[in-house]
Order: sequence, then C-alpha cells, then structure tokens
Amino acid sequence: MAEAHAHDDHGHDHSHDHAHGPDKGIMRWIKTTNHKDLGTLYLWFSATMFIIGGLMSLAIRAELWQPGMQYFDPELFNQFTTMHALVMIFGGVMPGFVGLANWMVPMTIGASDLALPRVNNWGFWILPFAFTLLLSTFFLPGGAPAGGWTIYPPLVLQTGNSFPLLVFAIHLMGISSITGAINVVVTILNMRAPGMTLLKMPLFAWSWLITAYLLIAVMPVLAGAVTMLLTDKYFGTSFFNAAGGGDPVMFEHIFWFFGHPEVYILILPSFGIISTIIPTFARKPLFGYASMVYAMGSIAFLSFIVWAHHMFTVGIPLAGELFFMFSTMLIAVPTGVKVFNWVATMWQGSMTYETPMLFAVAFVFLFSIGGFSGLMLALAPVDFQYHNTYFVVAHFHYVLVPGAVFGIIAAVYYWIPKWTGVMYNETLGKVHFWWSVIWINVTFFPQHFVGLAGMPRRIPDYAVQFTDFNQISTIGAFLFFIGQFVFFYNILRCALWRTGMKPATARVWEGAYGLEWTVPSPAPYHTFEDPPHVTDAESPWAH
Amino acid sequence: MSEEATGRKGARRGSWKLAVVVLFMFGFGFALVPLYGAICQLTGLNGKSSSMLVSSDVKERVDSNRTVKVQFLTTVNGGQVWSFSADQAQVEVHPGKLYTVYFDAKNQQDKDVIGQAVPSVAPWNAAKHLHKTECFCFSQQPFKAGEAKHMPVRFMLDPELPADVDTVTLSYTFFDVTELAQQNAPKSSTPQQTISPKS
Repeated sequence: MAEAHAHDDHGHDHSHDHAHGPDKGIMRWIKTTNHKDLGTLYLWFSATMFIIGGLMSLAIRAELWQPGMQYFDPELFNQFTTMHALVMIFGGVMPGFVGLANWMVPMTIGASDLALPRVNNWGFWILPFAFTLLLSTFFLPGGAPAGGWTIYPPLVLQTGNSFPLLVFAIHLMGISSITGAINVVVTILNMRAPGMTLLKMPLFAWSWLITAYLLIAVMPVLAGAVTMLLTDKYFGTSFFNAAGGGDPVMFEHIFWFFGHPEVYILILPSFGIISTIIPTFARKPLFGYASMVYAMGSIAFLSFIVWAHHMFTVGIPLAGELFFMFSTMLIAVPTGVKVFNWVATMWQGSMTYETPMLFAVAFVFLFSIGGFSGLMLALAPVDFQYHNTYFVVAHFHYVLVPGAVFGIIAAVYYWIPKWTGVMYNETLGKVHFWWSVIWINVTFFPQHFVGLAGMPRRIPDYAVQFTDFNQISTIGAFLFFIGQFVFFYNILRCALWRTGMKPATARVWEGAYGLEWTVPSPAPYHTFEDPPHVTDAESPWAH
Repeated sequence: MSEEATGRKGARRGSWKLAVVVLFMFGFGFALVPLYGAICQLTGLNGKSSSMLVSSDVKERVDSNRTVKVQFLTTVNGGQVWSFSADQAQVEVHPGKLYTVYFDAKNQQDKDVIGQAVPSVAPWNAAKHLHKTECFCFSQQPFKAGEAKHMPVRFMLDPELPADVDTVTLSYTFFDVTELAQQNAPKSSTPQQTISPKS
C-alpha cells in the first residue's frame, strides 16, 4: 500500500495547498494528515496487534493442550488471557475498523478527506504509545494485568506495578477512539457530496456513523470507571471498596454500561461491510436498505439497556433479571431483520464467489451461530449454568472472529484493488478462506460442548474428561493462525511487491456501485477535491 | 470550494458539540455512583438499606402469629485478622418485636487494628424491612492488640415484611480499614450509635 497512491496522476489545475504528492521517507507517515495514509497506518497497526494477540492465544491453547500445568504458571496464563482480550479488542478490531473508516468513509460519501485531518493524525499516533505502555507491563516486576479484561475490583486492585500503566493505556486508547469517532461523525454530517442525502448514503458509512455515536457515548464512561479504580487503589477513595462504603458490584454495572455498547462497536462496522459486499456479488441492490439503517439504530439503542445480562448471577431481583432478559432477546429482532435482508439480497441473485463474497457468506452463517448462542445466554435461568464457562468463550469468539474479524478481512479483499491498483491473488484468497473457515470452527465449536459440560474459563487446568475437545480446539487454533500468513503474504504482494500482479480496473467488481469506484485504481492520493456528482446509478440501494 | 468551506466550518462546530457530549458522559460515569446508591437505598437491592436506623423507642407492633427465621453469617475479609462469630447462628422472631443478639470478635494480631463491619441482607426484598437500632456496623471499631469484644445488635423486622419471606439472612463482613482510616475520615453509613436501654 505504501506507494499505491504515491503519484497524484490527476492533474489539479487549481492551486490547493494539499494538491501535491506525499512526503518522502518515514516523515511522510509521521506527519501525514491524509486519510488514505492514516487508514493504511491503522490497518498495519491492527495487523500487528492481531499477530501479537494471536500469539498470546496460541500460548493459552498450548497450555490447555492437556490437563495439569504444561508451560506457564497460572499467573502468566491469566496475564495471557487478560492481555489477549485487551490487545485484540482495542488493538486489533477497533483500529482495524477505524482504518477502514479512514480509507472508505470519505471515498464512499464523496469527501476529500476527514473533516479534522490533524486530529486524525494525532488519534492514530497515540495508539503505538498506548500499546507500548500496555505491552511493557509483561516486563515489569509482577507482570502484566491478570484480572481479566473486565478489570473487576477487588481482584484487579491486587495488580502490582502494572496497574497504573493499564489505566493510562486505556485512557489513551479511549482518547484515540473518541477523536476518531468525532471525526467520522462530523465528516459524515458535514462533508457529504452535494445530493447525497443521509438515506442515499452507503451502508458502510451508516454503520460507522452509528458506531461513532456509540463510541462517543461509552468510551468516556470506561475512562471514568478506570479512573475510579485508580483513585481507589492509590488515593484512598472507596468507590468500589466495601470497607469504605463502596460496592464492587457497582463497578460491574458501570463497566457493562460501557461494555455492552462496546460489543456492538465491534460488530456494527462489519454489518456495514457485509451489506456492501453481498449486493456486489449477488448483482442485486441490497434488499431493505432503509430497514437495515433502522435495524442498526435499534440495535444501538437497545445496547444501552441490556448491560446487566452480563451479570445475571450477581444477585439482581427477579424483575431485573426478567427486564434484562427480555430486552436482550429483543435485540434478536433487528439482528434477524439484517440477516434476513442479507439472505433476501442473495435470493435469486447472479452470485459469484470471489474471496470477499466467500467471507461475507461465511459471516452471515457463522455470525448467526454466535447470535443463537447469545440468545441462549440471554435466558436468565439457564445463564446460571453457562456463566463463566467455555460456552461464553465459544459464543463471543463466534461473533468476534467469524463476525468482526471476517468482516475486516472481507473488506480488505474487497477494497484492496482500489487501494493498491492491483488484484490480489484469487487462488491464495480462496485457500485462505477455506483454511480459515474450517479451522475457526474446529477451534471454537468444541468449546460449546466443554462449556455446557462445565469447564470454567480463565483457568489453566481442567478436568481430564475435557481433554479431547481441548486438543481439537488447540489444533484448530494453531492451524488457523498459520493460515493467516497466506493472507498477509497476499496483501503484502498487493501493497509492496506488485510486479506480476494483475492491474485492477476502476470499477474492480462487475456489480460494484458507489463513489469509490468512480475514481481510478489505485485511488489517487487526493480524491474528490471537487465534489462529485451523485447519480442514482451509483446509489442503487436508495430506491 | 465555498461549499466545502461551509462543510469544514460546520464540522468544527459539530466537533466542539461532540466534545461536550464526551465530557458529559465522563461525568455521567461518576454520576452513576450516587445514582446507584440511591436506587439500592430505595429498593433494598444488595441489602443496602439494612443499616437504616430507627430510634430505640420505636413502637413495637408484635405479630405473634408469624414466625420468621433470622440467620447470621459472619465473614472476615482477606486473612485472619479477627476471629468473628455470632452467639447464635439462627433465631426465630416475630415481626414487629425488637430482639438483641450478640456477636464476638477478637483481634488475633499483636497490633492495633480498626475494623468496619459491612452488613448485607438477603433476600433483597427483606432488606428494607429489617431495622436496626444498635449495631457495631454503624461505626468503625478500634481493636487493641489481642482485644476481644462482645457486641450487641438490636433489630426488628417490621410487619410489612413480604409474606413469602420465611427466612432472612443478615450477613456481616469485617474489613480491616486501618490504612483507610488513617488516610481519610471514615465514610460510615450512619454517624452516631444509638444506645439501647435494655434488651
């Protein structure tokens, strides 16, 4: 991707101070305010974090190869589970989506850049510092945080020297997400090309508009919660300290008030991506465009009133259990609308199965499995059995890996010809898909069974009868991880070693519509300096 | 270009508005603390209202047709600073009548410590019907090295206790607050201790 848009081959006859190519060398990336450069940086950062977080998950799976202690002491094992989650959520999935938003939100709405380019640069460059802080805790005396990514007190307050680093890393990630979210909102609300009304806007932009509002609403609450933890530990406050009149259960309420909208932050952009890809390869306009928008809005609203379904077992009254159970189950309605719309879009379409479409179809199927296990977990009476077992682990990995991560992968395959100007290798793409979709199921499906049979999560040892399923899981995890290097090789070819790769046309995909396909491939360094004309032909979903 | 200039101006204004929303939500996180306290107090969730104090000359309206079991649980948080137990594990009471039970605590260390007992009532809907006129949990309890204390709790279940409740559990957890007490003034749930004249 590095030089894909290095040459601004669009002659700009007006003198605009941005109308020059990028700087040379490393300073280009440090000083850049270009949304495409920053999108690229975000995506590489995300890929790096996926590898680091993935290595931690392999350490976890290696330890769980058989009962008893294999390689790590329990303390280090707990550090791996905690840091795996933090790195994957805040370093992998969220920056991955922000990178896609950087690249594609301006290009799909016909804006020349994000509205606040310098803030955008700052938002990205905070992240390497945040994750240096976070990952450096492995080398501190006492090691990394090990109390789980949910950082419940009083357990997390027993963290040693790494505790303040954890808190400040979360503050920095929060600042980065919030600035990115504000940028996306004001860009979408103010910078759309003339004629692009909100209900003509492509669904990827819509999904990000809603996600950005969720981020703005809940990331500050997380910042507040970790600040309270910090003052409880070092400044003698008693927000969560029962001895001083506080209540540790209150932390769970505050955390999940952030945490549940957060899980939709991790999936809504994927909804937008899938809603973009399926119509392209079904060669039909998206079925039920407006209902897709309203469904995402409803999911976002409902996400604020369901948080206590994460804590059914803390002892909330029956009326509370019922409220949170039914409101949670209600989320299945708009989500079902989306799944049926995707299926209806494919119905009688002229479908072809290029790699992005394969990942999109797998998304619909596997995300639905995760959705169904979510419905089971929503049932308060049975949740008492499932709570804190591997069933929960299986559930959220089904919605996060074949959900959020497959969404990111599908988006990269879909748009990388536009970014780099060359087609990725389709054969390798298909190998990557089949390899991933097989081993991800081998990894996580057996975890449903051990969970239902009572294997608790976050514990390095287990009862012997769970050995077989755990070994299957471990084999799947290692093979899935290795297969991702096929993907990295493929995108590195497109980005850096393009000799012998097939050049991409401007349209790239036969059935693709939208403003991003009206510019050449690779996309010039500056696009839509003059606002484009929005035609009905480029927004077929809107009628 | 002018259209884009208006767009950028609107974007700047919008950003400031959203920044205010961010600050508001940061404050909202902290506002959840008193809000949570108020909801717990109102509903009795988490056994919160169990430390409610009534004056010792409260009218007794004994409902001798009804007998409710009250069970006592004692826990010491983190380690073996104290031995802590109830004289009786369980008493049978009539709603509307005042009872006195005793708890024993002994500092097992050879240094002075300050303890704070935190009460909790289960089931949650009994919490607001359990009234205490005297309790060692109302204030912090200083213990000299090796000191033992015999501590009364005077309580009443009011007759409005929901009919389906036949057992009420009153649980105390003793916390070592020596460090906390040195750092700042205690946040005890009620300021003064009422002395009951007789049992």
